[in-house]
Amino acid sequence: MHQIPQVAYRRSIVLMALCVLLVLIAVAAISLGSISIAPKRVFEVLFGMEPSGQIDFARDALVITQIRLPRLILGAAVGAALAASGAVMQGLFRNPLADPGLIGVSSGAGFAAAVAIVLGGRFLPDAATKLPFAFLPMAAFVGALMSTLILYVVASRGGRTSMAIMLLAGIAFAALAGAGTGWLAYISDDRQLRDLTFWSMGSLGGATWSKVAVVVPMVLPTLIAVPFLARGLNAMALGEAEAFHLGISVDRLKTGAILLVSIAVGAAVACSGLIGFVGIIVPHLLRLSVGANYRFLLPASALLGASLLVGADICARTIVAPSELPIGIITATFGAPFFIWLLIRRGPEFAV
Amino acid sequence: MKIVSLSALVTLLGVSLASLPAIGDPGKANESGSLHASQPQRIIAAGGVVTEIVYALRRADVLVGVDSTSTYPASALKEKANVGYVRALSSEGLLSLNPTSVIAIESAGPPDILKAVEDAGVQVSHLPDVATPAGISAKIKEVAKLVGEPVKGAALAAETDKQFAALSALRSKIEKPRRALFILSFMNGRAMVGGRDTSADGILTLAGLQNAASTLNGWKPISDEALFDAAPDIIIAMGHGPQDVTVNSILAVPAFAATPAAKSKSIFIFDGGYLLGFGPRTPSAARDLLLAAYPKLAGQDKRSDLQ
Repeated sequence: MHQIPQVAYRRSIVLMALCVLLVLIAVAAISLGSISIAPKRVFEVLFGMEPSGQIDFARDALVITQIRLPRLILGAAVGAALAASGAVMQGLFRNPLADPGLIGVSSGAGFAAAVAIVLGGRFLPDAATKLPFAFLPMAAFVGALMSTLILYVVASRGGRTSMAIMLLAGIAFAALAGAGTGWLAYISDDRQLRDLTFWSMGSLGGATWSKVAVVVPMVLPTLIAVPFLARGLNAMALGEAEAFHLGISVDRLKTGAILLVSIAVGAAVACSGLIGFVGIIVPHLLRLSVGANYRFLLPASALLGASLLVGADICARTIVAPSELPIGIITATFGAPFFIWLLIRRGPEFAV
Repeated sequence: MKIVSLSALVTLLGVSLASLPAIGDPGKANESGSLHASQPQRIIAAGGVVTEIVYALRRADVLVGVDSTSTYPASALKEKANVGYVRALSSEGLLSLNPTSVIAIESAGPPDILKAVEDAGVQVSHLPDVATPAGISAKIKEVAKLVGEPVKGAALAAETDKQFAALSALRSKIEKPRRALFILSFMNGRAMVGGRDTSADGILTLAGLQNAASTLNGWKPISDEALFDAAPDIIIAMGHGPQDVTVNSILAVPAFAATPAAKSKSIFIFDGGYLLGFGPRTPSAARDLLLAAYPKLAGQDKRSDLQ
């Protein structure tokens, strides 16, 4: 593809800048927290060097390797998954409002999480002891996949999947899942209700290496598939029929994209709760600067999504230290006004 | 036992139990003084009742952090670091206070956060939360053991047991149990009331009252017609503001104005943490509630106190 040199130049600058940003934010995420650890010690812990002082070294090492590092990686994986999936969904639905929630992931996961929180103790009294930390995320993940599957079946007929039907069915399904969650909230006690509220605002708290080991392999396929998806999504921008005539097997693209997104976002939501807004804002932010070519938009979204979520998490765990804010509050509080400001300042050539 | 009697006195005077600065101040002084002592205890209380017991044992000096439900005594959240909501704690936040141990009420969590803290070498003690007199004295003894005050703890638990026994004696004098409705919050004329399986139901039982909303399960908004059926003789509401405003706002709702409680002006506003905390203050809270509901017993109770 022949490109205007200036545009290509600008894109590589942006991609590079995003990489640098992610590295800087990662360094900040490792170094900052409610426990103050000197940068020198952070360095010593990360590279296994001889400690220069013994005071609290074991504790600091533990905080860095067992709390901050897994949390950083989990945050980056979740952020990348949400933002890249948001971009994929917007391309697939050819709708600027699309986000991963549209294929039922969030509503299904939210409903399943509510079932786990409210009814889990009633029907599976041993779940808390037998399956100590895995019940809620497992339920959320299965709920996410199940609802995507239902929507996919509803929208597909004769081997073809209608995105418009899927969008409409998704809205209906979200309303149904919302009603189900409402029923559960009604029968819940105040403690369960509070748990439900916190879960729906998202948090990266409680990140462990075992969670990272589960989530990263779920998110990676989506990131690896980006170059393959990009070509199809670019063609889709012209319209489904046009994409088909350009040699894209449109239905395989749809099926593949929906599968990848539901697994990646399902895993992300399962371990971090509902973190809104990242999936919508990041791709639009980048469209304003790198344009709508998915070949750049997808990797850039993943990078910026990771930076944004890790950055928001730094705020979430330091602002009210030693307590912690739900991360969804941070992403929306700072993200939404910034996004509105960008929309006000948009150039004449900007089109969603 | 000074604290218990003091708090009872304060409530009897109808004053909100907001501040008991005398309890907190020595603690603060000790905390700064103990920094250089060998192996001082640094404890985080996760659960309002844990904080309340530690303060009642006069060992606030060992606390370095409390959770956001630690509303009593009011000085606790002012002088100790706030580690957040008891069910949404943060591992690094807890560790940043350099604790030697965390006393976590049953519902504290999330579990993997507490596990991470335990893995970091901090002792995490899980405290069963049973909303009965026996459960309360067990809580007191356990917390006392954890802060190294088993003797004081046994004394406080014994005092609590004694108060519960006195309460039970008082309860046996009730001739005809009255029906009470417990309002947690009141908004736009709709009341959120305590049904079965709530802490409200527990305190009503202790105070010798029948829960008028026992057809509901949990905390639920009550409809006007269900309210008519419930026909409470007494209404107990949680409040913070001036009493008249709340009583009047309840009376302003026609469905409430028609209840026997409204007709006999038996609407009482109590502090929520005081009635629902299920800690060392519970016997006196239940007693206050009982005496408010059965004013005739008040005179007899005073006589029994003198004996």
